[in-house]
Amino acid sequence: MGWIGDTLDSVKSIQIRQLLTQAVSLGMIVTSALIIWKGLMCVTGSESPVVVVLSGSMEPGFKRGDILFLHMSKDPIRAGEIVVFNIDGREIPIVHRVIKVHERQDTGEVDVLTKGDNNYGDDRLLYAQGQLYLQRHHIMGRAVGFLPYVGWVTIIMTEKPIIKYILIGALGLLVITSKD
Amino acid sequence: MHSFGYRLNGLLTFAVTILALMCAITSLSDNFNTPSPSAEIKIININWFQKQPQGHDEVSLMMNVSADLQSLFTWNTKQVFIFVAAEYGTPKNSLNQVSLWDAIIPAKENAKFWIHTSNKYRFVDQGNNLRGKKFNLTMHWHVMPKTGKMFADKIVLTGYSLPEEYR
Repeated sequence: MGWIGDTLDSVKSIQIRQLLTQAVSLGMIVTSALIIWKGLMCVTGSESPVVVVLSGSMEPGFKRGDILFLHMSKDPIRAGEIVVFNIDGREIPIVHRVIKVHERQDTGEVDVLTKGDNNYGDDRLLYAQGQLYLQRHHIMGRAVGFLPYVGWVTIIMTEKPIIKYILIGALGLLVITSKD
Repeated sequence: MHSFGYRLNGLLTFAVTILALMCAITSLSDNFNTPSPSAEIKIININWFQKQPQGHDEVSLMMNVSADLQSLFTWNTKQVFIFVAAEYGTPKNSLNQVSLWDAIIPAKENAKFWIHTSNKYRFVDQGNNLRGKKFNLTMHWHVMPKTGKMFADKIVLTGYSLPEEYR
């Protein structure tokens, strides 16, 4: 009876060790992705260094599914820059171009009006009730570079969450069943 | 180690890496282009110049805009967005930039043009400081690439001014 107990113990210990190793390597992958993301946030000075274009309001320059690289510096906001901003009360950031700038003499604060290239009118309709201009604290970053089509992955995963679950499930299955 | 899954994974990773590298090199090639654009803007007529009910000054004007921006285009250029902005200072605001007109140039052939137009966007001041105001008209352009880094620059044309009285 003793040796049955011994074999059972050794089998259990191997499995536990393998499981722990795989859990740790999964944790390492997730953590390094997080490190890269936070590092990018520091380097670009923006809360969200990469955004996906969700609407067609900047066509034909930016189409739905493109990715924009953002950078935020202390330089003043000037007309013509493509900025990403959040409206109070809306969570989705908007990517449009600055068409009017009014910079205060004394404080250096700016009032900014934006418009999508493909829209007929300016963004006053999108701003909060009674808001005529954006201020600097609304703006998350300036677009400095872009990659076409890469953002479709994010759009598909957001709009059809079932695909997200399938992907994560498949990844989890692969990790568990892979033999090193 | 040599199963179909591993081989596919290796192939896909390599393909994505090479694609990213090609995008980066494409963007870098834009730095070798030295553009030499030119632009000329003439204000033909002030249509009207009034104080709006809310108290802000507004101007409507006709202008001739001619430019040659062909040297801005490279093989990696998708389009060039141009706009004309009036820039001036007031006692309250150190800088005001008001975009008057913009256009999208999709290809090199369309980059040399002449247009007679009224201001597409309203030239409204934050206040009533526009009487007799001297201002600059700046031609800005924004080169949007097929992939990579975007470039923007401008030409400043000085010497424009608004009439002393409303009309």
